[in-house]
Amino acid sequence: MTTLKIPTMAELMANGETADILFWVGCAGSYDERAQHITRDICKILHHVGIKYAILGTEESCTGDPAKRAGNEFLFQMQAMANIQVLDGYEVKKIVTACPHCFNTIKNEYPDLGGHYEVIHHTQLIQQLIDEGKLKAAGGESFKGRRITYHDPCYLGRGNGVYEAPRKALESLDAQLVEMKHCRSNGLCCGAGGAQMFKEPEKGTKDINVERVEEAIEARAEIIAAACPFCMTMLRDGVKAKEKEQEMEVLDIAEITARANGL
Amino acid sequence: MVSQVIFGFVLLAAIALAAYNARKIIQNIRIGRPEQRRDQPALRLKTMLLVAFGQKKMFKRPFAALLHLCVYLGFCIINIEMLEIVIDGLFGTHRVFAGMGAFYTFLIAAFEWLALAVLVGCVVFLARRNIARVKRFFGTEMTPWPRTDANLILIAEILLMAAFLTMNAADHRLQFLGAANYTQAGAFPVSTWLIPLLPENVSSLITIERGCWWFHIVGVLVFLNYLPYSKHLHIILAFPNTYFSNLYPKGHFTNMGSVTTEVRAMLDPTYTPADTEAPARFGAKDVQDLTWKNLLDAYTCTECGRCTSVCPANMTGKLLSPRKIMMDTRDRMVVVGDNIRKNKGFQEDGKSLIDDYITREEIWACTTCNACVEACPVNINPLEIIVELRRYTVMEESKAPASLNTMFGNVENNGAPWKYAQADRADWKNNG
Repeated sequence: MTTLKIPTMAELMANGETADILFWVGCAGSYDERAQHITRDICKILHHVGIKYAILGTEESCTGDPAKRAGNEFLFQMQAMANIQVLDGYEVKKIVTACPHCFNTIKNEYPDLGGHYEVIHHTQLIQQLIDEGKLKAAGGESFKGRRITYHDPCYLGRGNGVYEAPRKALESLDAQLVEMKHCRSNGLCCGAGGAQMFKEPEKGTKDINVERVEEAIEARAEIIAAACPFCMTMLRDGVKAKEKEQEMEVLDIAEITARANGL
Repeated sequence: MVSQVIFGFVLLAAIALAAYNARKIIQNIRIGRPEQRRDQPALRLKTMLLVAFGQKKMFKRPFAALLHLCVYLGFCIINIEMLEIVIDGLFGTHRVFAGMGAFYTFLIAAFEWLALAVLVGCVVFLARRNIARVKRFFGTEMTPWPRTDANLILIAEILLMAAFLTMNAADHRLQFLGAANYTQAGAFPVSTWLIPLLPENVSSLITIERGCWWFHIVGVLVFLNYLPYSKHLHIILAFPNTYFSNLYPKGHFTNMGSVTTEVRAMLDPTYTPADTEAPARFGAKDVQDLTWKNLLDAYTCTECGRCTSVCPANMTGKLLSPRKIMMDTRDRMVVVGDNIRKNKGFQEDGKSLIDDYITREEIWACTTCNACVEACPVNINPLEIIVELRRYTVMEESKAPASLNTMFGNVENNGAPWKYAQADRADWKNNG
């Protein structure tokens, strides 16, 4: 992967250049091994279509989403204000995020603190690129006829009404798209939202991610398409818990797109 | 004449009592903190028309929606008939609008069909609750009282409609028999079916007709005053509640201005905050800390349980039930409201919404997925209350679950919720 040159905002600025779009990687995309693959795939896609982008690198910091959902408004606002300072310092106008939580926080909650940006999620970018004919789902792995089900992340779907972009991205694959029992605005959470990712679940009869994977099994999906690094972790754990690793894969839409385009 | 006086007295008493109860409800809602919900009136009106008037969100469940539509339309339209009943009662007239001729005939026929629809709707609703035992009508918060409340409302509506139809049937028969005062008016497509069950004798028919007339109108007035004690208040509050809906995307959580002031001052020592009053506390410990909209939400909840049935935590056996959050908030608000009225100001009662009504186990089970908010047919937001309670436990009490405190520490020190060094943040570039 050393061939892929991923510039930071600081590097561009030093060369007197600017980026058209900032790629906000997010904490999971930066540190989680599984999510790192998705991060690199997003970079490959950006590279492939020739968008001038950059990341913040070590200047990026948690958006504050988990703190805010958990009720720690102080910590959230500290994070948000520090991030806004960095973003405004680079005069960032447009941001693409790999994580629906980052997407929602920067798009909806940073404006309250003076940070105004045009924010899109990577599935929206991929859909735009497909619409513009820049991505063709050709030259790579074929998904033709494979049963794919899309899991709506709460902060992309219900949280922000983005239901179609990820599905359109999958439609270009000529795959067999199936819906789970709960989908779109009725989508079932993976169980990680609201800072649940960072704690043990409360006592219950079942784990939420297992319930969700059971729905995917019921839909006889071969691939669960995810669009959120937290969902990715939860769904993979669910697949493991159901011992379905041989029959079922969890892939991010960015990974599927990169594979289909042979990137 | 005597009956006119009695009617006038009953009507006045019912209205006075209803006004008294309405005042109490408004006072209770005003216990909440202020919040601005008057911007974008056009969009608000549209939301209200679609969601409350048009019942848009009900149709996520088509069968229940159809039955509800019958009852709703019946309720709204038959209330036009109430106007005639009130005028007749006060002035001793009989079917005062009969002069409208063909239109009156059409109206009465329409009312009859609607009354039948309401009746059928309520019978099926009763069966769903008590025979089919639809799961969402049960659950920990559905203690005997809420279940009885629901049944009482349905039975009351069935009785009211039955009285209305029986009254019409007797009236129709009396018209046919040429009884004095019973002028030919209206068409009775449904109540005609009841005529074989009625006596032939004019005086018995008059007794039945008058009896049902009184039962119907007194029943409606009693029902009006039962509303404040029941979950049924949604028939009125659904309208303001949807008008004052949250217009942000659901993913947006409120910004705490009081925190912004402190954080700005912390980051920039030269920052001088605008002269705003500091809040009593961060987040919500009790109903006084919630906004008036949260409290209006609580009064509007009709305990249908759509929120709870889609809650991922509830679905997987956790204690959390968004419906319970709303019911607890309402119960506590009523207690606090009575306390304030009795003591001319709130007298500490050693209780609070958190712990005494809603437990910590409940609020920490929430994934903030917004399924409950999406599911609510009248745009109630249980999530906002959960987050306010979390804010209180975290910022005022520092009592977050231990693993969340670890996460907070990581975010604060490393800029990530996990324990990784900030300097390694871009190492993924080389890990391929």
